[in-house]
Amino acid sequence: MNTVTELDLAHMQPGFAEPVHEAQAAFRCVLDALSQPGRVRVMPAAITPPAGLSVARAAMLLALADYDTPVWLAPALRDGAAGHYLRFHCGCPLTAGLSDAHFVVLDGLAALPDLDTLRLGDPAYPDRSATLLIEVSELAEGGPITLRGPGIESTRSISVAGWTAQTTAFVQQNRAGFPLGVDIVFSCGDRIMGLPRTSIVEI
Amino acid sequence: MSAQAASTENDSPRRQALGLLARAPLADLAARMQRLQAVCELPAHTWLRKPQTGMVMLRARIGGNGEQFNLGEATLTRCTLRLADGTVGVGTVRGRAAQHAEYIALCDALLQRPDSAAHVNSEVLDVLASAERARHAQRAAEVAASKVDFFTLVRGSD
Repeated sequence: MNTVTELDLAHMQPGFAEPVHEAQAAFRCVLDALSQPGRVRVMPAAITPPAGLSVARAAMLLALADYDTPVWLAPALRDGAAGHYLRFHCGCPLTAGLSDAHFVVLDGLAALPDLDTLRLGDPAYPDRSATLLIEVSELAEGGPITLRGPGIESTRSISVAGWTAQTTAFVQQNRAGFPLGVDIVFSCGDRIMGLPRTSIVEI
Repeated sequence: MSAQAASTENDSPRRQALGLLARAPLADLAARMQRLQAVCELPAHTWLRKPQTGMVMLRARIGGNGEQFNLGEATLTRCTLRLADGTVGVGTVRGRAAQHAEYIALCDALLQRPDSAAHVNSEVLDVLASAERARHAQRAAEVAASKVDFFTLVRGSD
């Protein structure tokens, strides 16, 4: 898949102190975030993430990634502390191909790739799709972006730093392909917000 | 890891030490750790990965050219710890003995430090190695006692 370098244990950060309970709590947090799109949740994780990953993203990957789920990281992260951290704690393959990745770790909305380069599932198994973990510099409830759809009673407004017309086009194209598509979890420090493929975005 | 890297690392002292520690009975190792503690302070450590038990698939091959097959699964316990000075030790042992894995990881870390490596070698590894040789010799003797020499008493009249 990619060249394997020896794990750098000397600079490794510990993972969850109580793997079972903390992974369950992190899973629950992601579940809540994706089932109530647009709500900000605080990830209950007391970990020191490696360079390049926030607490929330590191906790999500610790809880969700394993040897069955290839993770795509930007090359700088893949070869750095973050890559070593995920290989050691999750045992997940770090893929260089976006189309193989079950989890795509992106920094900022500007890094969004084209939708059709991602794993979108197939009609019989729409769940075999990618989840994008996107770190943004600000994330809040209330703001210019309006969401509708499952998990939202009427509408919910949010603001996400770096949101552009291009981002709107991406999520609308993603929604148009339903049931295929990707799910997005935004993170900012220890907070996360879900934007699943079911949400309808209006500006 | 490439096959070539694996074969050159097969004989590395670290690998031999980890193998010796993992094969030693836990009671013997615990006794040696007590002795080690008497001559060299065992430093505090933090866990990078707490002892965790899982399964590994053992793969085997019949003959030199046979296909690989899954022999079965074995229980394995592994852990990784870090000493205060940053030295990292790993321990892996067959079975579910978390304490055993911790001792191995601690010895592995201490072996990497110049000030404690000699103590670990003399108090733990050398003793365990001679105990292992004695176990093998005893087993070989038990087996040798049951050895049967086959020879032909009478050949058929042909």
